[in-house]
Amino acid sequence: MQKDLSQYTLRLADSALTMGQRLAEWCGHGPYLEEDVALTNVSLDLIGHAHMFYQMAGAMQEPAVTADDLAFLRDAHEYRNPLITELPRGDFAYTTLKQYFIDVFNLYLYQAMATSTHEELAAVAKKAGMEVKYHLARSEAWCERLSLSTDEAKARIQQALDDLWFYTPELFETDAAMQRLTAAGVAPDYATIQQQWQQRVEPFMALCGLTLPQAGWVATGGLQGEHTEHLGFMLAEMQFLPRAYPGCEW
Amino acid sequence: MSEMKLYEVFIRAKSGLNHRHVGSLHASDPEMALLNARDVYTRRQEGVSIWVVEAEKITASNPAQEHEWFDPAEDKVYRHPTFYPLDKEVENM
Amino acid sequence: MYSQGLTDAKGQAEPEELMAEFQAKIDREEKIEPRDWMPEAYRKTLIRQMSQHAHSEIVGQLPEGNWITRAPTLKRKMILLAKVQDEAGHGLYIYSATETLGVTRDQLTDELLTGKAKYSSIFNYPTPSWADIGAIGWLVDGAAIMNQVPLCRASYGPYARSMIRICKEESFHQRQGYEIMTVLARGSQAQKDMAQRALNRFWWPALMMFGPSDKDSTHSAQSMQWKIKRFTNDDLRQKFIDATVPQAEHLGLTVPDPDLQWNETTGHYDHGEIDWHEFMQVIKGNGPCNKERMQARINAHEAGAWVREAAQVFQQNQAKSNSEAA
Repeated sequence: MQKDLSQYTLRLADSALTMGQRLAEWCGHGPYLEEDVALTNVSLDLIGHAHMFYQMAGAMQEPAVTADDLAFLRDAHEYRNPLITELPRGDFAYTTLKQYFIDVFNLYLYQAMATSTHEELAAVAKKAGMEVKYHLARSEAWCERLSLSTDEAKARIQQALDDLWFYTPELFETDAAMQRLTAAGVAPDYATIQQQWQQRVEPFMALCGLTLPQAGWVATGGLQGEHTEHLGFMLAEMQFLPRAYPGCEW
Repeated sequence: MSEMKLYEVFIRAKSGLNHRHVGSLHASDPEMALLNARDVYTRRQEGVSIWVVEAEKITASNPAQEHEWFDPAEDKVYRHPTFYPLDKEVENM
Repeated sequence: MYSQGLTDAKGQAEPEELMAEFQAKIDREEKIEPRDWMPEAYRKTLIRQMSQHAHSEIVGQLPEGNWITRAPTLKRKMILLAKVQDEAGHGLYIYSATETLGVTRDQLTDELLTGKAKYSSIFNYPTPSWADIGAIGWLVDGAAIMNQVPLCRASYGPYARSMIRICKEESFHQRQGYEIMTVLARGSQAQKDMAQRALNRFWWPALMMFGPSDKDSTHSAQSMQWKIKRFTNDDLRQKFIDATVPQAEHLGLTVPDPDLQWNETTGHYDHGEIDWHEFMQVIKGNGPCNKERMQARINAHEAGAWVREAAQVFQQNQAKSNSEAA
């Protein structure tokens, strides 16, 4: 159980950190000042979530390790996030739509997790879930604005949808450890989350006048540590200092 | 394309207080103005409620008329309680 | 962070009576508000000073933003992200305050991106190491605070109010920088070297942030009279040196100025001559990173054009369909 939970919290943490890290790349480069500030706020929340989950994961390991050890000293194959969260930031449409997919997922994930039999997990989910509601309000507002405006914006968000859609099923993948946690009432039921997600996202895409792509490579592998080429570069950049100067305090 | 509209931002610091003008920002529409105001002006728990209003919709008094508008209140001392002396024995009123 | 005192304004003939009343108001420490009468030169000087200040905040995001994705711990990453975000917010506050003087954000942005407007020269220096992030917080924000605290009492109301907000928010910026330096200075030899190199890199550029020496600064007198500048460049610089040298000593770091010496008689540190040639070169666009910084801003602005347009077109479409429905 302890080991299952430690693995599971790593998936949660890695997802939040890779999303936060990508979003942080916008800081100083946003489409206008107000949005620059706003995007950074979401990034800060996500890195905060990652920090909380890493702390939980680290405390459960034998011997215990710190949140930073987990974030900065694991290689790509040890990262357990779904591939979508490590994809490059792309343009504003790509960032927005990716954020929207993740926000909806996080909304239902944390909502369910808030009733977890594991108290600490439930507490973190409550806090994260509250913040996610605001993230979703933003990404939903932006999806509408980009979809129902200029031809260029619409073309860009449709392109983002074509590129991202088949990365979304992986969000709901589970492994044996997660299934044991779900059975024990610790982790949410991912099949339910998937239903909720589809019921919200698909009509919204239609409302935005966007067309779901018919076929593409369906992403998978994060739970087994099989990632895209992008993650290695992200970690090379992110982990450079602790790797170059092992054992130092910062 | 001309620039986004200017919105004035008002924040209630905590319940029981008035909304107070804190600054402004540019936004394409009221909903974005509200979202962005939250991110720009309440990063340090500065508020519990936000108003945004298009700057051009505000009607303001003319500073050139400051004296004619506001000085006449100056000599109406009888509007203030301190205008009325009280006997020492009557301490508080 | 702040403007460099390079503002200029040629006095114009203004009605004497109004001028006298204006100056009297400033002398009484009353604030000038946006729709109050003000001499054209005051307005122009303020627009220049405030927009330089705002531009500096915006460009100032870049040298530090450079390290957000490489910050060595999660805590440092969040702190740095929050700090660089603050810079964007501060740029926004000051742009807003500047707009009350009758210019638009678009005009101001255009002036920055076409190179017409200046910004603080410090941001044209590179941040090749993590210790530079410490040095910037400690020295650059330290210098900025020296300048900004008196500006909280600037005669122009919106400027003063934005400065009050900014000073409040920035109070953590210098401390977090000094804390980074402290950890490095107490760390491994490699970390100490990193910290020393960053101090070497940023010491002189930080001193230049206060602008030209008083003897070469032509516009100080008028700005002082208008109370949009409260201390001279050299006074602020000296204050900064006096405060900072002991902080460097505390860390066991060496300030890269062989002429630096405590002067018992004056009660201040004497210091070596600043390389004003370098300063002027950087101001003119020939610093190590001028081109990169400007290009980064241009790229962000151009890449964001379709987003800004989409948001506005969406609003117009909504307004149209609302009025049709009505």
